[in-house]
Amino acid sequence: MGKTWNNRAWFMVLPVLIIVALNAIVPLMTVVNYSVQDTFGDNVFFFEGARWFREVMSSERFLSSLGRQFTFTAIILAIEIPLGVAVALAMPRRGFWASVCLVLMALPLLIPWNVVGAMWNIFALPDIGLLGYTINHMGIDYNFTNQPISAWVTVVLMDVWHWTSLVVLLAYAGLQSIDDAYYQAAHIDGASRWSVFRYIQLPKMKHVLTIAFLLRFMDSFMIFTEPFVLTGGGPGNTTTFLSIDLVKAALGEFNLGSAAAMSIIYFLMTLLVCWLFYTYTMKGEQK
Amino acid sequence: MARISLEHIRHAYLPHPVDDADYALKEVHLDWDDGGAYALLGPSGCGKTTLLNIVSGLLVPSHGRILFDGQDVTGLSTEKRNIAQVFQFPVVYDTMTVFDNLAFPLRNRDVAEAEVKRRVAETIEMLDLGAWANRKARGLTADQQQKISLGRGMVRNDVNAILFDEPLTVIDPHMKWQLRSQLKLLHKQFAHTMVYVTHDQTEALTFADKVVVMYEGEVVQVGTPEELFERPSHTFVGYFIGSPGMNLLPVRLEGTTAHLDGHAVALPDAVAVPQDARVELGIRPEYVTFDPAGLPVTVQKVEDIGREKIARVRLDAHDIAVVLDEGAEVPADPRIRLDPAAINIYANDWRVDWGI
Repeated sequence: MGKTWNNRAWFMVLPVLIIVALNAIVPLMTVVNYSVQDTFGDNVFFFEGARWFREVMSSERFLSSLGRQFTFTAIILAIEIPLGVAVALAMPRRGFWASVCLVLMALPLLIPWNVVGAMWNIFALPDIGLLGYTINHMGIDYNFTNQPISAWVTVVLMDVWHWTSLVVLLAYAGLQSIDDAYYQAAHIDGASRWSVFRYIQLPKMKHVLTIAFLLRFMDSFMIFTEPFVLTGGGPGNTTTFLSIDLVKAALGEFNLGSAAAMSIIYFLMTLLVCWLFYTYTMKGEQK
Repeated sequence: MARISLEHIRHAYLPHPVDDADYALKEVHLDWDDGGAYALLGPSGCGKTTLLNIVSGLLVPSHGRILFDGQDVTGLSTEKRNIAQVFQFPVVYDTMTVFDNLAFPLRNRDVAEAEVKRRVAETIEMLDLGAWANRKARGLTADQQQKISLGRGMVRNDVNAILFDEPLTVIDPHMKWQLRSQLKLLHKQFAHTMVYVTHDQTEALTFADKVVVMYEGEVVQVGTPEELFERPSHTFVGYFIGSPGMNLLPVRLEGTTAHLDGHAVALPDAVAVPQDARVELGIRPEYVTFDPAGLPVTVQKVEDIGREKIARVRLDAHDIAVVLDEGAEVPADPRIRLDPAAINIYANDWRVDWGI
């Protein structure tokens, strides 16, 4: 095929290149730059090689926030994905109530993150919060400001409240795309409710659930605002997730080098997990 | 396999139907013999799919009863009716292999695994799917997937009927023909009662022994392909079946003569039509010939459709189609003759029998 080569066309792409360079590549390279250098101020930098990376990877602090991060992400995925699917299955497929459900589901997603954090903070306060007061009144000792378990439960609950809707909406969209004929055929074949779920609904939801999983993984892995507003990473360091730790290191302690190294490790991990998951679930799809 | 009787079936999708217009099915009263191959033919929205879903049990009719071999099944679920249905789009269980797809209806009914294996192997053989038995159903072509849908019905050897809802819609033209003949063959071999819904007259006429033509929620004729062609009992059948459709000309009757504006057309016999009825003379284009002694017409255009030609002519204000052999030419002074033996008379769209 005779392709037309016209080098002037590159000029058309130039504006995009400039914008992307300014808002993505340059800041990212700055981080890379910091991660291999050290400074004592006065804008004087020394090349440090991989020292920051080695330090970060072996630091107790980084490993424990990483551990907390994975635990948190694993817990909310284990709750939100099945719960979201269950709610989507229970929603009416059409009619007035389907619209009502959709609007109700969309509501939590419209609330800004810091508002969610503030809301739950007040809601869960043991002395004046509706939730906190009620739980304590029931005889359970609950105080998220000084008990690690209570803090964790509150953070998880808040995330489930905020984000399960996203999974619901995606799963619901997947369910809506299933033609009635599938259900009718399954009925004729004598399939049980479980078989319908296992062999019709689940396979048809696979793509949207993959997307839901990836979105929830990335978002929860990078979660910052809500726990920061709710617990500030405490009590102690018990709810200090990676991004909170990163901000503490970069802005609180001004450890630019190790914070930069941490950012890069953090970014690569997110990328790697998403890539692995996506390649694995989509494997054999083309066949 | 069973004889299916539909007794005065009416169905409305609205909760409180008031008049006839609210009914998707106005009134259907039919018997389908055990082992017969029937086609439900009609345009989109005529109620044929509604009727099919009533037979399969996916819909419960507003009025009337359905009997399988004399037993009332109106209230029974699809599963209990023991029928099979093939849908417009192939429905397969993507994640299962072809073998598991076919085994699914049996396993759901707790058939012993050895028996499942035997029956599935038989069905795979029957449908020529041997090479794909262990492949995932997802990757197969539409016609193979449609065979799997059919196979899930055939694998249960006790099905009362196999219903087809426009099963060839998404199949490539050359595969359509192949699938249709395979279907016909399977019907001959196993004599299942088969009901085939379509809006394609070729499919209906080649598949079925008896065609049920539906129009606006009513059955307008049940007949063999030949009956539908020669003696359409409703003007809709005349127009819907055959290509081009039947010519319909408004006439006034007087004994054995039909007056068409100023012209007289001889009829084989007299007919009795109700007073004030709208009377039309129907004749297939195949039975209109050019004849120097006939009625004078003007030729509008001639379409060559390969094996034959269609002449569009005008008799006063009426358009008439004439089918000509490929080699035939339109004469210089065109006059047409209507073969009396092929004439049908319609009063208010319904055919009137000869004789008074």
